[in-house]
Amino acid sequence: MIAATAVILGVWYYASPKNLQVGYAPVQPVPYSHKLHAGTMGMDCRYCHANVERSAHAMIPPTQTCMGCHSVVKTESARLSPVRESWKTGEPVEWVKVHKLPEHSYFNHSVHVAVGVGCATCHGRIDQMEVVRLDKPIAMQWCLDCHRNPTANLRPKDQVTNMTWTPDQAPQGWKPPTVNPPVNCSGCHR
Amino acid sequence: MSTHPIKELGEVALTEEGMTFHDVTETVASVTERSAPRNWWIALFIAASFAGVFGAAVGYLVWQGVGVWGNNAPVYWAWDITNFVWWIGIGHAGTLISAVLFLFRQKWRTAINRAAEAMTIFAVICALMFPGIHVGRPWLAYYMFPLPNSMAIWPNFKSPLIWDLFAVSTYFTVSTLFWYVGLIPDLASLRDRAMGMTGKFAKVRATAYGALALGWRGANRHWQHYERAYMILAALSTPLVLSVHSVVSFDFSTSVEPGWHTTIFPPYFVAGAVFSGFAMVMTLMLIVRAVYGMKAVITMKHLELMNKIMLVTGTLVGYAYGMEFFIAAYSGNPYEKYVFMNRAFGPYSWAYWTMITCNVVSPQLFWSKKLRTSIPVMFAVSIFINIGMWFERFVIIVTSLHRDFLPSSWGYYRPTAVDVCTYLGTLGLFFTLFLLFIRWVPMIAIAEIKGVLPQADPHAEEHGDHEHHDHAAESDAALAPGE
Repeated sequence: MIAATAVILGVWYYASPKNLQVGYAPVQPVPYSHKLHAGTMGMDCRYCHANVERSAHAMIPPTQTCMGCHSVVKTESARLSPVRESWKTGEPVEWVKVHKLPEHSYFNHSVHVAVGVGCATCHGRIDQMEVVRLDKPIAMQWCLDCHRNPTANLRPKDQVTNMTWTPDQAPQGWKPPTVNPPVNCSGCHR
Repeated sequence: MSTHPIKELGEVALTEEGMTFHDVTETVASVTERSAPRNWWIALFIAASFAGVFGAAVGYLVWQGVGVWGNNAPVYWAWDITNFVWWIGIGHAGTLISAVLFLFRQKWRTAINRAAEAMTIFAVICALMFPGIHVGRPWLAYYMFPLPNSMAIWPNFKSPLIWDLFAVSTYFTVSTLFWYVGLIPDLASLRDRAMGMTGKFAKVRATAYGALALGWRGANRHWQHYERAYMILAALSTPLVLSVHSVVSFDFSTSVEPGWHTTIFPPYFVAGAVFSGFAMVMTLMLIVRAVYGMKAVITMKHLELMNKIMLVTGTLVGYAYGMEFFIAAYSGNPYEKYVFMNRAFGPYSWAYWTMITCNVVSPQLFWSKKLRTSIPVMFAVSIFINIGMWFERFVIIVTSLHRDFLPSSWGYYRPTAVDVCTYLGTLGLFFTLFLLFIRWVPMIAIAEIKGVLPQADPHAEEHGDHEHHDHAAESDAALAPGE
């Protein structure tokens, strides 16, 4: 009985996404710094992840987006050589995916952005990350916690990409919109 | 408690006249000590081959998916659930014999209770296979248990399928415990006999049975504790005889499907379960009795009593079939009426009339004393009942599903070869387990049989109705299992 309880609790704790996934920070082919671009320079998330408001997937920017600046800035940087290589050959840079969702769950970025879920709510303080790491456990429990009580995670739509927004910055009289996120199986497992 | 038959009431001894304590031990225990007869090996080979077919069929199912079965819209439940209910039902006779008849002081149960309990456990094992593989992804079976997890998934306690899981797993646990507790004194007998043996495996035997006997010495205190534990387990098992199959029937009756949604289901299912279980006990006992020469212990009296129970339960089941038709007509519900007319006269009428012939007509032969004491007749009828009760579940499940509310979704179910192999495979698994049981475990409760011998009665001599005065000395050993 004790052994069974120990196994159950052990699996529950140690095999959970919270224990196994959070902190995943793979080495990327280009040592791109979100801390520099989004933090120090204050670039908006949507400059690179441009379609996030309209598409289910938040795009990984193509080489062209990088070269938009880097054809004139830091043109000789060794760290940027994979990008220039990609620009020459037309082969995309093979970025490593950090936020992996199981294939049987359907997630749409645009609807979350449209109702005012901040980028930082799910991705954490990207603007402070030299290398992007997984900040939140992408577990069903975690999704449902918000789907069952969404208002605490909503903000005015013009503040979605603001990395430092807190609820006390909401304008006077602003109320979170009434949203009814699905909590039935087929909401996400379509 | 007096165990002596009361002559004034026309009672007779439960074993053959003149059996001694030692005869009982010798008859039963020696089966596990002699080398197995050739027929046992042949039977084991056949049974194990079928069990292998089961493994292959299930492996193929898991590899390919549930689509290899014939189940499809609108018949999503078919042979799998039929087999599940059939096996679970068979198990019920074991519990009825061991627990209910024990509490009612039906001493004749002692000849058959051990084998019937073993049958229960093996039948429940076979039954549990089906829901496990029917869900298609058996590695996710833990979803059914209330375990903490990071998916926020929790069993739906409003679902009868979850009640079923708990009913059946409770049943399995309690039945296994009950069987094992009852075995302890007999395992000690086998241990004691093995101590005196010589041979290659005598030491292994003595150690194995010794470990299983949990240090039983037949002390007075042991017997006190044992009898109390046995009584408590009997009391725990008794409600399970009624509850388990009631809960199984809820899988159907809590739905809105015409033909399933009826309040008669729980008692109807329980009667059917006892009916089919006794038939299976009868089939097995007749074989064991003939093969192992157990006629002195499993007497015609036992067989006749079992046949009477089959007559009663078979008639109850027949009543339920009739009542279903009456309720369908009386309800005025056209869907309900249609389902029952369709059962009897639709495309599956062959299954319906097979069921009626086997379950309702064939046990009626037992009204005749001559027929219910004829071994060939009772063997044939027990087989018929096994078949009929399988068809009952098939009729309930498939004929209700194949034509329900929407004629546009009607269909006709046909099993595939994988369905057939899976079912025959569980029969193989069942008989493999049962053959191993009769080879290694005392198949008759030695200690309990001794308790119902005339000389076990401390006042046996006072009755003066038998002249074996040498039994007086043996009475002291009445409760000692080791000879």
